[in-house]
Amino acid sequence: MIADGVEDEEKWLAAGIAGLQQNAFYMHRALDSNNLRDALKYSAQMLSELRTSKLSPHKYYELYMRAFDELRKLELFFKEETRRGCSIIDLYELVQHAGNILPRLYLLCTVGSVYIKSKEAPAKDVLKDLVEMCRGIQHPVRGLFLRSYLSQVSRDKLPDIGSEYEGDADTVMDAVEFVLQNFTEMNKLWVRMQHQGPAREKEKREKGRSELRDLVGKNLHVLSQIEGVDLDMYKDTVLPRVLEQVVNCKDELAQFYLMDCIIQVFPDEYHLQTLEVLLGACPQLQPSVDIKTVLSRLMERLSNYAASSAEVLPEFLQVEAFSKLNNVIGKVIEAQVDMPIFGAVTLYSSLLTFTLHVHPDRLDYADQVLGACVKKLSSKGKLEDSRATKQIVALLSAPLEKYNDVVTALKLSNYHHVMEYLDNETNKIMATVIIQSIMKNNTRISTADKVEALFELITGLIKDLDGNHEEVDEDDFKEEQNSVARLIQMLHNDDPVEMYKIICTVRRQFMTGGPKRLPFTIPPLVFSSLKLVRRLQGQDEGQDENPFGDESLTTPKKIFQLLNQTIEVLSTVPAPELALQLYLQCAEAANDSDLEPVAYEFFTQAYILYEEEVSDSKAQVTALHLIIGTLRRMHVFGIENRDTLTHKATGYSAKLLKKPDQCRAVYSCAHLFWVDDQDNMKDGERVLICLKRALRIANAAQQMSNATRGSTGSVTLFVEILSKYLYFFEKGNPQVTAAAIQSLIELINTEMQSDSSTPDPAADAFFASTLRYIQFQKQKGGAIGERYEAIKM
Amino acid sequence: MNFLIGAFKPPCNISITFADGRTRKQVPFKKENGQTVMVPLFQSQENIVGEVVVEPTQGKKVEHTGIKIELLGQIELYFDRGNFYDFTSLVRELDIPGELYERKTYPFEFSTVEMPYESYNGVNVRLRYILKVTISRNYVSNIVEYQDFVVRNYSPLPSINNSIKMEVGIEDCLHIEFEYSKSKYHLKDVIIGKIYFLLVRIKIKNMELEIRRRESTGSGPNTYVETETLAKFELMDGAPVRGESIPIRLFLSPYELTPTYRNINNKFSVKYFLNLVLVDEEDRRYFKQQEITVYRLLENS
Repeated sequence: MIADGVEDEEKWLAAGIAGLQQNAFYMHRALDSNNLRDALKYSAQMLSELRTSKLSPHKYYELYMRAFDELRKLELFFKEETRRGCSIIDLYELVQHAGNILPRLYLLCTVGSVYIKSKEAPAKDVLKDLVEMCRGIQHPVRGLFLRSYLSQVSRDKLPDIGSEYEGDADTVMDAVEFVLQNFTEMNKLWVRMQHQGPAREKEKREKGRSELRDLVGKNLHVLSQIEGVDLDMYKDTVLPRVLEQVVNCKDELAQFYLMDCIIQVFPDEYHLQTLEVLLGACPQLQPSVDIKTVLSRLMERLSNYAASSAEVLPEFLQVEAFSKLNNVIGKVIEAQVDMPIFGAVTLYSSLLTFTLHVHPDRLDYADQVLGACVKKLSSKGKLEDSRATKQIVALLSAPLEKYNDVVTALKLSNYHHVMEYLDNETNKIMATVIIQSIMKNNTRISTADKVEALFELITGLIKDLDGNHEEVDEDDFKEEQNSVARLIQMLHNDDPVEMYKIICTVRRQFMTGGPKRLPFTIPPLVFSSLKLVRRLQGQDEGQDENPFGDESLTTPKKIFQLLNQTIEVLSTVPAPELALQLYLQCAEAANDSDLEPVAYEFFTQAYILYEEEVSDSKAQVTALHLIIGTLRRMHVFGIENRDTLTHKATGYSAKLLKKPDQCRAVYSCAHLFWVDDQDNMKDGERVLICLKRALRIANAAQQMSNATRGSTGSVTLFVEILSKYLYFFEKGNPQVTAAAIQSLIELINTEMQSDSSTPDPAADAFFASTLRYIQFQKQKGGAIGERYEAIKM
Repeated sequence: MNFLIGAFKPPCNISITFADGRTRKQVPFKKENGQTVMVPLFQSQENIVGEVVVEPTQGKKVEHTGIKIELLGQIELYFDRGNFYDFTSLVRELDIPGELYERKTYPFEFSTVEMPYESYNGVNVRLRYILKVTISRNYVSNIVEYQDFVVRNYSPLPSINNSIKMEVGIEDCLHIEFEYSKSKYHLKDVIIGKIYFLLVRIKIKNMELEIRRRESTGSGPNTYVETETLAKFELMDGAPVRGESIPIRLFLSPYELTPTYRNINNKFSVKYFLNLVLVDEEDRRYFKQQEITVYRLLENS
């Protein structure tokens, strides 16, 4: 059926064109022979083809364009005819003898155009007559095209300022009046289109209608082109009349299109000065009109206008653009009850963009917008609509982008309220956006209050939000938490007191995060705190007394207490290895602060964790090496404490599961008794004991290997021990003698040549380079060289 | 053959000429045989002056019992064909009985002739004016010559010329108000007006204004009415909505109208009507007819 319809239409169009061409042919003949009567007759017949009702607007346009071309020729002929002495007035009457109205009016417009040019009558009279007579066409499509033709032929003949048709009797007012009237009539026809014809073809009709909209909109364009339409005239006449029409037509399609047209064709400056009127129309539009787009475009234009030059900004203030826009948006949202939340949010988003552009200094405006948005959202609960969510993200991102500074956004008290209405997923995305903004712009968040506010915003990342826990992608989660961790570095204040407050705030927030987040969030917090500790140390050195006075809360001790509690929380996760590492870090910091009891406590905690929680042997090895390394650097401990700790560490070493691990831990322990720059910590005896024990363990390992696999393992362990021997030898440990080294070398050589040994190129190379090193030290001479001389190889 | 033709030819030629024939306005006149000729135009109260030339055919004499010229105003009703009703009949004797040998010219004059009716050529009736020259003869038929002329009478601008304004409609269906600026129009006039739609519940396709002429002849039971539509002028294309007002501007000059004739000598009347027709999509026609008076306004007045 439909296909048939299209085919039929093609046929009708073809027939129409054929008829038109045939009559045009006769018309041309009449024109060539200057036969006015025939010219009129055939042109009327030609135009009769336009009387068809069978064509869709699109096809009708095709036909119209052909007729239009022919009419140009006819117009030229009329012009010549008047030059030959035919009175234009007679001609004007003559064409009105045509019996059919449509051809009659096309001819009338054509002659009318010549009439105006002849200036035998005031342009305004002719124009007025034409626009009135055109009322005879009440058929929407035909009427629209006819009036469009009128608009076309009259365009260059309006009595505009500076136009040759301007005169005493003709003012620009008449031009405006004419265009406005034509516009009004066209719009009425256009709106009416939807009601004519069967209901089942409504969709098709609406499509046709939107194809025709530019015919109507062109009038507004013409208006905007009239030189004489200055701001006053626009304000007093043009805009009120156009808006009246727009409001009264009560048609969704038309209202949307025309509002948009007004906004696009007239200058920004006019909009600004007539904002109240323009906006006043908005709440009066049909509820189904997509007013958000209209307003958004208006605000976009105004924003661009504001951005175009600083000189125009005072105008914005003068007309109170913001409050007017804000007002009308409120009204529109109130009036359009059915407007989806998405629409409302879009409006607010545009308004926010506008105010950010125009009044970057007025944060309160931005906050007002957000506040209004919150109010609207509060009636709806969490957002379900994905488009609305998207808009909210845009809304919230706008201030960040504009100010490049989260701190500013933090001043917006309603900011986080808006975020509350996002679903969890989006909330997280938004939080990430905020953090990224901070990172990108290197924004320092420098007070506890702001930190508090910031955490309000990113609360989605900090803790589990209520509601169902959807499956979270592990990688995403890590990514999020890593960004939170990075954020900690941006929270900084040079003033330790404030910094301490910040840390407390952050800690409080992180504590709510639950076991999954803590491993990510605690370490940066700890390190941030330690950074503060170190800064305090630096200050201590500069000043004798405590910079905070006696009552100050911020002492390293305080911080350490806090840290202790903080790290303790990790046990709930549990993440013993991490906690252990952090304890050690803290201990080291405490060491630097000369706080022995604190450092001891941290070590104790670390040991407890090691004993009770770290059960994996590999983890044990790692942890133990960390303990040993840290302990070695500690200088704050008294002999007793130190003994206890080193003893424990050595004990742990011997209890490792695998022999090579044992061996390595034990020889590492040797270092605990020999700290280079601390004279009171050089116990050569115990170093040797450790080394010997390591050797024993290495031997045992070899034997075990021999027993279980039938071949001894590699000599790596021995070579490693050799290295340790050399180290202490070099450092001047009297207990480590050249003889001992020599015998160890021999032992290694024997081991390597033993039949049961497994060849291990890495170990061989290691050994060879160790030997080379000895050789090298010998040749170097000096004090160390002399000592090395004692080693015979 | 020539002499044979000569034998049947009338024995003399009669020609009627008007004194101001060269300057008087001539108008086209449709003769009974369908030919159009130009004839002089008169109006009532004018002097009709001229001369009649009688020229006997070469070498013949015309014997007569008197020559007269008559000015006749006749009404001819077609259903009563052949019967002319003379409402005006004036006679001038031109010559006493005698013989004519050669060309002779007779001047004549009808002074301030009362010619109240206009020449009219309608469907069922004709009103005409003629000058009839009769050479009466004994025993043989009279020699008669006719000369048509046209009479048109002009009216002054009517002192009262009200507009026609009327509201009509079909209940709950269609209500319109129309207005024609005048009720009396001269022949080259323009009908200006508008139609205002108060209520539209039917799907109108278009609207046109017709000019209709109603010619009624006879009287009593023998009245014949003939209505012709002289003009169909489309006023509106498409369906209007409530509140629309559609302009009317119809030039009368292209149409062949006559003035309104009311009860011409109790024989016939010619009346004009404006018929406003609305056509709906099912091609039903809704119309309202209004009489207008057409008059002849003296040109350049």
